[in-house]
Amino acid sequence: MKPLALLVVVLTVGHTVASAQESSNSEPLRFNRDIRPILSDNCFTCHGPDASHRQAGLRLDVREQALKPAESGDAAIVPGNPAASSLIARIESKDESTVMPPPKSHKRLSALQKERLKRWIAEGAKYELHWAFATVEPVALPAVNLSDWVRTPIDRFILARLEQSQLTPSPEADHATLLRRLSLDLTGLPPTWQDIEQYMNDRSTDAYERAVDRLLRSPHYGERMAVDWLDAARFADTNGYQVDRDRETSAWRDWVIRAFNDNMPFDQFTIEQLAGDLLPNATLSQRIATGFHRNHMMNEEGGIIPDEFLAEYTADRVETTAAVWLGQTFNCARCHDHKFDPFTQRDFYGLKAFFHNVSERGVGNYGAPIRINNPPFIRLPTPEQEQKLAVLNQQLSGTKQQLATSAVEPVEQLNEWSQRLLATPVLWQTTTPLRVDAGKAKASVESETSAARVEFPDAAAYTITLRVETNLKRVSALRIECAEAGMSGSARWQDVRLQLAGEKPSAKTVKKLRPAESGESIVMAEVAKTLDDNRVTFVNVSPKVDNPVWGAFELIEPIANDGDQPLQLEVVISAAYGTGPLLWRVAVTDAAIDLLVPEAIRAIVQSEPEKRSAADAKQLAEFRANSNPLRRELNDQIADLTRQIEAIERDVKTTLVMDELPKQRDTFILMRGAYDKPGERVTATTPAVLPAMSNDLPRNRLGLARWLVGRENPLTARVTVNRLWQSVFGTGLVRTSEDFGSQGETPSHPELLDWLAHEFVQSGWNVKGMMKLIVLSATYRQSSARRSAAADPENRLLLHGPRFRLQAEFVRDQALAVSGLLVPLIGGPSVRPYHPPGLYEQVVAGSGANTYVPGKGDELHRRSLYTYWKRSVPNPAMLAFDAPFRETCTLRRPRTNTPLQALNLMNDPTFVEAARFLGQRMLRDGGDSTDTRIAHGFQIVLARQPRPAELAVLKRAVERTRQEFAADPNSAKQLLEVGEARHDTKLDPIELATWATIGSTMLCMDELITKN
Amino acid sequence: MNTLDQLALQLTRRQYLGRAATGIGTAALASLLAPASSRSQAADGGAIKPVAPKAKRVIWLTQAGAPSQLDLFDYKPELKHQFDKDLPESVRGMQRLTGMTAGQKRFPVAPSSFKFHQHGDCGMWLSELLPHIAKHADEICMIRSLHTEAINHDPAMTLLQTGHQIGGRPSLGAWLSYGLGSENAELPAFVVMISRPTGPTNAQPLHERMWGSGFLPAKYQGVRFSPGKDPVLFLSNPPGITADRRRAMLDDLNALNRITLEAFQDPETQARIDQFEMAFRLQTSVPELANQSDEPALTFDRYGPESRKPGSFAANCILARRLAERGVRFIQLYHRGWDQHNNLPSGIRSQCYDTDQPTGALLTDLKERGLLDDTLIVWGGEFGRTAYSQGTLTATNYGRDHHPRCYSLWLAGAGVKPGHIHGETDDYSYNIVRDPVHIHDLNATILHLLGIDHTQLTYRFQGRDYRLTDVHGEIVRGVLA
Repeated sequence: MKPLALLVVVLTVGHTVASAQESSNSEPLRFNRDIRPILSDNCFTCHGPDASHRQAGLRLDVREQALKPAESGDAAIVPGNPAASSLIARIESKDESTVMPPPKSHKRLSALQKERLKRWIAEGAKYELHWAFATVEPVALPAVNLSDWVRTPIDRFILARLEQSQLTPSPEADHATLLRRLSLDLTGLPPTWQDIEQYMNDRSTDAYERAVDRLLRSPHYGERMAVDWLDAARFADTNGYQVDRDRETSAWRDWVIRAFNDNMPFDQFTIEQLAGDLLPNATLSQRIATGFHRNHMMNEEGGIIPDEFLAEYTADRVETTAAVWLGQTFNCARCHDHKFDPFTQRDFYGLKAFFHNVSERGVGNYGAPIRINNPPFIRLPTPEQEQKLAVLNQQLSGTKQQLATSAVEPVEQLNEWSQRLLATPVLWQTTTPLRVDAGKAKASVESETSAARVEFPDAAAYTITLRVETNLKRVSALRIECAEAGMSGSARWQDVRLQLAGEKPSAKTVKKLRPAESGESIVMAEVAKTLDDNRVTFVNVSPKVDNPVWGAFELIEPIANDGDQPLQLEVVISAAYGTGPLLWRVAVTDAAIDLLVPEAIRAIVQSEPEKRSAADAKQLAEFRANSNPLRRELNDQIADLTRQIEAIERDVKTTLVMDELPKQRDTFILMRGAYDKPGERVTATTPAVLPAMSNDLPRNRLGLARWLVGRENPLTARVTVNRLWQSVFGTGLVRTSEDFGSQGETPSHPELLDWLAHEFVQSGWNVKGMMKLIVLSATYRQSSARRSAAADPENRLLLHGPRFRLQAEFVRDQALAVSGLLVPLIGGPSVRPYHPPGLYEQVVAGSGANTYVPGKGDELHRRSLYTYWKRSVPNPAMLAFDAPFRETCTLRRPRTNTPLQALNLMNDPTFVEAARFLGQRMLRDGGDSTDTRIAHGFQIVLARQPRPAELAVLKRAVERTRQEFAADPNSAKQLLEVGEARHDTKLDPIELATWATIGSTMLCMDELITKN
Repeated sequence: MNTLDQLALQLTRRQYLGRAATGIGTAALASLLAPASSRSQAADGGAIKPVAPKAKRVIWLTQAGAPSQLDLFDYKPELKHQFDKDLPESVRGMQRLTGMTAGQKRFPVAPSSFKFHQHGDCGMWLSELLPHIAKHADEICMIRSLHTEAINHDPAMTLLQTGHQIGGRPSLGAWLSYGLGSENAELPAFVVMISRPTGPTNAQPLHERMWGSGFLPAKYQGVRFSPGKDPVLFLSNPPGITADRRRAMLDDLNALNRITLEAFQDPETQARIDQFEMAFRLQTSVPELANQSDEPALTFDRYGPESRKPGSFAANCILARRLAERGVRFIQLYHRGWDQHNNLPSGIRSQCYDTDQPTGALLTDLKERGLLDDTLIVWGGEFGRTAYSQGTLTATNYGRDHHPRCYSLWLAGAGVKPGHIHGETDDYSYNIVRDPVHIHDLNATILHLLGIDHTQLTYRFQGRDYRLTDVHGEIVRGVLA
């Protein structure tokens, strides 16, 4: 038992920051620090802000209410008199039916908590405004004893708190550790060889500050800062639901990097992302910025109810905005008033009204012909594309002009045609199928139906090559028919091609087709989708019993058969997403093209001209107008130009943005959050408990954004500096950086948090300035080595410098950097680095279509924030190192330590390849001896010399490994073949494999994947 | 360093160790040390002590895409008289339909084209499509009255696995691995295996979130076992690195990491050393597990023709049994391809070919080894299918749309009533008429069988104590043995 008792003591000392203060009994208890957490966690669910679930009419989060007699007539709290306070009687009750909190809540108060409540009532039961809602005021710097240690005002707050606990700060970390820490914190990359030399040789007193300034100027600073913001913004490259299609938003990601590098003030950063489109004369860049609130997931599943998901998207925006800028958990208030914090359901929907006016749809654009993005988006053509499009569009409008002004057909000509039409029936002759091939799909010729039967095994794309025969001597048009084969089937008919049998397909041999009039089964405009030779546009065919569907095509140059043999044609049909079997049949005709008319036109022609209605006459005239040769030619030109324009448009990059509907959508409180249970209508308003929006702000996103960064708002600055602090120290001053509400943790250093927040606003929301202030502090520069496990084990008092494992992205980035493989390009579309095979195939829809294809060359070695992020299957190495799924806003990643991480570091080709190149650097640039090479490696990876013990371990390792590879040279060669990058082949494979192994050991070191 | 400090440091190390590898003992220790504040308890994780568990592990045979209850489990003999008649509006009620059939002019009743027979002493009616499962009728506890809220695959599967339609919450397996830890220090506590259908059918996609850890730390997420060289990602050493060389390299690495530990005194470093050792053990234990060459021919005969094909549902069932034998807590198989909107008769036939025999074999195997007594089997999908036909109805062909209002799912093994049917639907298997079971109730019951009170397994996130069953869930007493 004895050790246990000791241990309990240990834990209590280090347990919470507040507990150290408990000992000084003279100081009165403080509501926010000592009491609110107890009440919030144990009482507010039934006696808090949520009116609809309040029990016994008792509300404990507001003093006046808590002092009033409850329904029972007793007052819960009688200030100065614990004995008369029913709250105390109830928490001390031994009776299960009266004790509070009730047993079924599974909450239990500790003796210490009960004692505190009693003492607090005895001291007068003073309430405080929840600390996070209090205005940020200037804070006086505390007095300290060890004032020589202080470098920045931050240090006074930290030191004062340490001194209060009779602790002294740690010594400053050595130069090398410090430079590496600084580089990782400000750029996410380790220092380069040159950085180290420059810093070590800089004897000036401000050498450290100069290093800080250099790193803040590095373009990699923006990348490092963006990583945290991408988590907050739930940025990803796919839509997230069901088939999880791609989206394009890399322009927004690059905007974020640029904004950090340009040190855009955080207020402007906020305004442009939430409402850049609403700024007067919004620039392209400001509109790109609004992609922030289009990063949420979007559902494209067939059969979903759009309103249901529109409600999801807007709720996501509310929750994300509240978390990122206000540090509040608004998701609770979606269905009911918040249980712990003073936010109502009305507040939630008041915020939603700001985000509810985007011209978006609840269901995505699945199968959209040209654009992958769901509207609204903006186009980002390159200057070259812009120029080409301008030329084509000019030609297009000229041709359209010509078409509009071309003459109306004379009456005689119309009469001649009418007579011919009535005199000549159009006969379609079904061709005889000879053979069919459809790759892996089951396909056979059926003579009794004169059709090819094709059964699709899955959703993949299939090409059906059908050879048919006809006795016609001339073929002017063909009709392709698709019928049900006994059971239902369907497919996307993507493309069609016609040529003479036996000829190789080429521009010369493939017959030019255009949509023909032949009845109404598939209208001409649809038929055209099968003629654009791309698989993106298609016609859905889903024939019913005895009700086939067909499309008709005319040949721009009819085929004439002068020989004796029947004419053999080859029809090539591309189709995908097939289900069940289908019958494909081809019919041909030799009729004059101008006699192919829809039934409706034929009926009009058959009627007596005098008796035709005006509408019929007009329809006939229009039909004829479009059929005359010049107009047909012009229409062909228009179709061709349109195709060319679409081909370029398809390559034009776009990015998701916000926009504003001219007429605002109505917003209603949704009962229990259900999309189909609207309650009262609400307008755009900010939460009632926070300082009101000034009257001169517009009630739209722009007004909201300005309110968020307004002087009166107590939260934005606190929440933001806390996150910056967290990015450097690993834990925020408020540990729960996503929750500044009453269930969140109180700040470890409340005055410091307020001082930083005030300073941040005063500085003009200067983010680089804040980062610099933090890293210049003596607090930051402390050694992270622990002097004792007992004191401050979680480092909440900052007794040590920060030490924690690097974020997922930086673990990989560092390996690429130290191996020299890193391609330091900034921005651009996301890239696909190495990835284990087979991972997608098991889970994605369709077969083959959704395989992960790794990129080539540079794409394999870009920084990890550019790695393609598929929400349904995120990069496994990122997930293993605690990256989130990016489905919703994440403001704090957990940090775990698992065997999967170890496997990743040892065996992922990324690291195996990096180890080889690190080995190559040691071998080539590290001098001639094992000692100097190891030392060189340590300089590269840790910016320091190896300790003697480390050197000894690795020297032995070099000897042993070299012997092993020498005895088995083939294995050395195998190891060197991992990955695409080409190493120096002049090097001895055994030597290189040896040093690659040493490199791998180094890349796995705890000290390496940790910021020390 | 003084004695007190050393002791404390060791404790912290031990805690890290415990959290990483083992289960209840350490969790109980953690709760003993920090009982006062549920806040720290939640942050530390894992303070769940199961009470009289019936099941030690779960094998969840997830049938993704939603199998038709009407053609497999919920026998409705009277429907054959209703062929092609309109589903009465009184039955259909005002319920919402998917966008796929909402526009349909008629809702013609499609009776199952498959025969049903009674099986076992209990006389359970099962479809002719399931001859092997039917042999275990006396083991099965059939729930015919399960219902869900979601009507589309993605939200419904997410709800089934995480208790919430929208992503972001931990899956059942993650909750268990957080709450109970692992019984086997050499293998992960939560393993996921996925198989694709062999037949031509519509395989809906799956998402990693369905076995993700949500807001729980990533170490609790399901570890995907795949067929091929690396059953676990990055398990194999690169070419040229033998197991001996890996061992030697790890010894070097450990020596270096111990120097770091000495220098920084950070318990994380000790944890890192332990995790590399665990990784090394996985490199042995997982291939040994995945290599089925030590299985007798009888095994493959029993699990059927697909069982020799790595990655098939049958092969995964053999692996599931091997994992169960090694004490893995939560084994989840996904078999895709049950989404028969059209051509249901041929589609479901091929799905049953994939799953029936292996499922029966797994039950047989577990029973022979005495493992069925403490293993809970769950077999089912994310929702049911409609009594009316989607698309054209003919004498031999039909399709069925999604149906969340009722469906069937069965349990077997530890702690459940064998040879039992729970709940009942109306004549059309369209509405529940007796003993409805919600997804939350199912999850509460699964946790109960594992000895966990579903209201107690919580985790503090964004200021709220979250649990798998949200604020819902009643234990389904009727299925308990």
